[in-house]
Amino acid sequence: MAVNEDKDRKPAVDELAGIDEISELVSLALPHDVLSTEIKLGELEVRARAGAIVRVLTFLRDEVNCQFKMLIDLCGVDYPERENRFDVVYHLLSLSHNRRIRVKIETDEETPVPSVVAVFPVANWFEREVWDMYGVRFSGHPDLRRILTDYGFEGFPLRKDFPLTGFVEVRYDEDQKRVVYEPVRLTQEFRSFDFLSPWEGIPDEMGRLRRDGSEREQ
Amino acid sequence: MAEKTLHNYSINFGPQHPSAHGVLRLVLELDGEVVERADPHIGQLHRGTEKLIEYKTYLQAVPYFDRLDYVAPQNQEHAFALAVEKLLGIEVPPRAKYIRCLFAELGRIEKHLFSIGAGAMDVGAMTPMVWAFEPREIIIEFKERVSGARFHMNYFRPGGVAGDLPPGLLEDIGAWADRFMPFIDDIEQLLTENRIFKQRLVDIGRITREEAIEWGFTGPNLRASGVPWDLRKAQPYDAYADLEFDVPVGKTGDCYDRYLVRVEELRQAVRLVQQCVAKMPAGRWRVDDRKVVPPPRAEMKSSMEALIHHFKLYTEGFHVPAGETYTAVEAPVGEFGVYLVADGTNRPYRCKIRAPGFPHLQALNHLSKSHMLADVVAVIGSLDVVFGEIDR
Repeated sequence: MAVNEDKDRKPAVDELAGIDEISELVSLALPHDVLSTEIKLGELEVRARAGAIVRVLTFLRDEVNCQFKMLIDLCGVDYPERENRFDVVYHLLSLSHNRRIRVKIETDEETPVPSVVAVFPVANWFEREVWDMYGVRFSGHPDLRRILTDYGFEGFPLRKDFPLTGFVEVRYDEDQKRVVYEPVRLTQEFRSFDFLSPWEGIPDEMGRLRRDGSEREQ
Repeated sequence: MAEKTLHNYSINFGPQHPSAHGVLRLVLELDGEVVERADPHIGQLHRGTEKLIEYKTYLQAVPYFDRLDYVAPQNQEHAFALAVEKLLGIEVPPRAKYIRCLFAELGRIEKHLFSIGAGAMDVGAMTPMVWAFEPREIIIEFKERVSGARFHMNYFRPGGVAGDLPPGLLEDIGAWADRFMPFIDDIEQLLTENRIFKQRLVDIGRITREEAIEWGFTGPNLRASGVPWDLRKAQPYDAYADLEFDVPVGKTGDCYDRYLVRVEELRQAVRLVQQCVAKMPAGRWRVDDRKVVPPPRAEMKSSMEALIHHFKLYTEGFHVPAGETYTAVEAPVGEFGVYLVADGTNRPYRCKIRAPGFPHLQALNHLSKSHMLADVVAVIGSLDVVFGEIDR
């Protein structure tokens, strides 16, 4: 097996160019707002305090060595077992320095996150999407409506406890001459195919086996 | 005479409208024929792709990416394949890289032909659309020959591509690319200096450099505003670092510049296709790792180990080590990114799809404010939105 093994892979030079300095700069300049910085797989990740997100993003946008002028993406991730179950993840891109950064904050169902629409107007729809999909509230958002789901939709579909099949289905009713909403009726039981082998319980077992194999060959 | 208060006129545009490029519902507030506010209502094509992907193995997730931007499906697969490979820490062989670049560029041609044609039809020119469908059909046939599917290829897999190029295909693509160059001139002859076309597009839907950046524009729409930014140059992936091409940049950022940038990108994409054909390396088209890619069919007839590998791959799938990555490619519309969170199992924990059309459409209100109603159609056409990726 000729595989380039990953774990100890050094990121290419240009991948890392400057992001370790950015990492240092951010944690020095905003010691109270930045909780941790980390470089994984050549990508810089900054964990910030949720209340300070506007300050952190403004700093990243305007500081002369950062210049992350573009908010590429904003999304939520759900970890239901955590106390603060949601991550809100901001991906920024600096066109002038050719770098990316990921900023993460944590929140729960109740605590609103300050909206960053004033810093990046593009965040408007992204935050609406996170609200729609996860039910994360954004304070100070000009127009926090649902965006992707149906008019009158209830629930937050991308939460891990929301079933894949949903709760309602629609059909056109010939008698009433309109589309009607009904509770989902499954004609067969919902099957979730779980092919995880019990004897590969350790998550990275396969990676380890593979690595051993390629070392043997070399 | 009694005073009268005037109310703005609200109209509903779409979701079923030929210029809505699919299923866009726009609520427009008009003052006479001048647009005061445009409020796009999206989500009519929302299929819960991201939720579905969380319930599928990594390999089963690939076809969902075809169904995002269904005009150029393979470019989306590319981003997902690269993201999974980054997490797995594998590097694909050179031939796979070139095959991917080849088909990504064919996808770009496919997409730009369609968007130029559809954009022209939105402003009343029928011919370019009809003409564009002939070369598109040829590209679709190339795709069929290599993957068996005309549109939804399911061809760029983590670890390489699904199968090698069939004999003769490379020569046919090369011969077609040479014939295709003059076709771009034909399209240009119909449109570029056409008086009606220019009257409809020049100075319509202008967006400045700074605004384009803060509204998250990427791809041709950003370049039309004068920002020389192309991920294929700035953060090259696969074989792009070895290929030569130019990045066209516009000046004014209006609809006409977006059209011109796309036409030039067509030419550059043909150049890239020609280079991929000329430089195509021999060798494997996917990694030689049975834990990620299936064994050859012939081997399965005699080797028990190969059979087990095949069975395990197509039931359980491969495990991806825990980690997360944001990986993006320069899709024809702009930066198409995948934010993939893996938890060490055989399914993605979270797969956020960053669709380039989403921010583009968001800026529609900004772009069409105080334009005429008919210009809204021209702006939508020039932004090149596809609802498969916006609604996900």
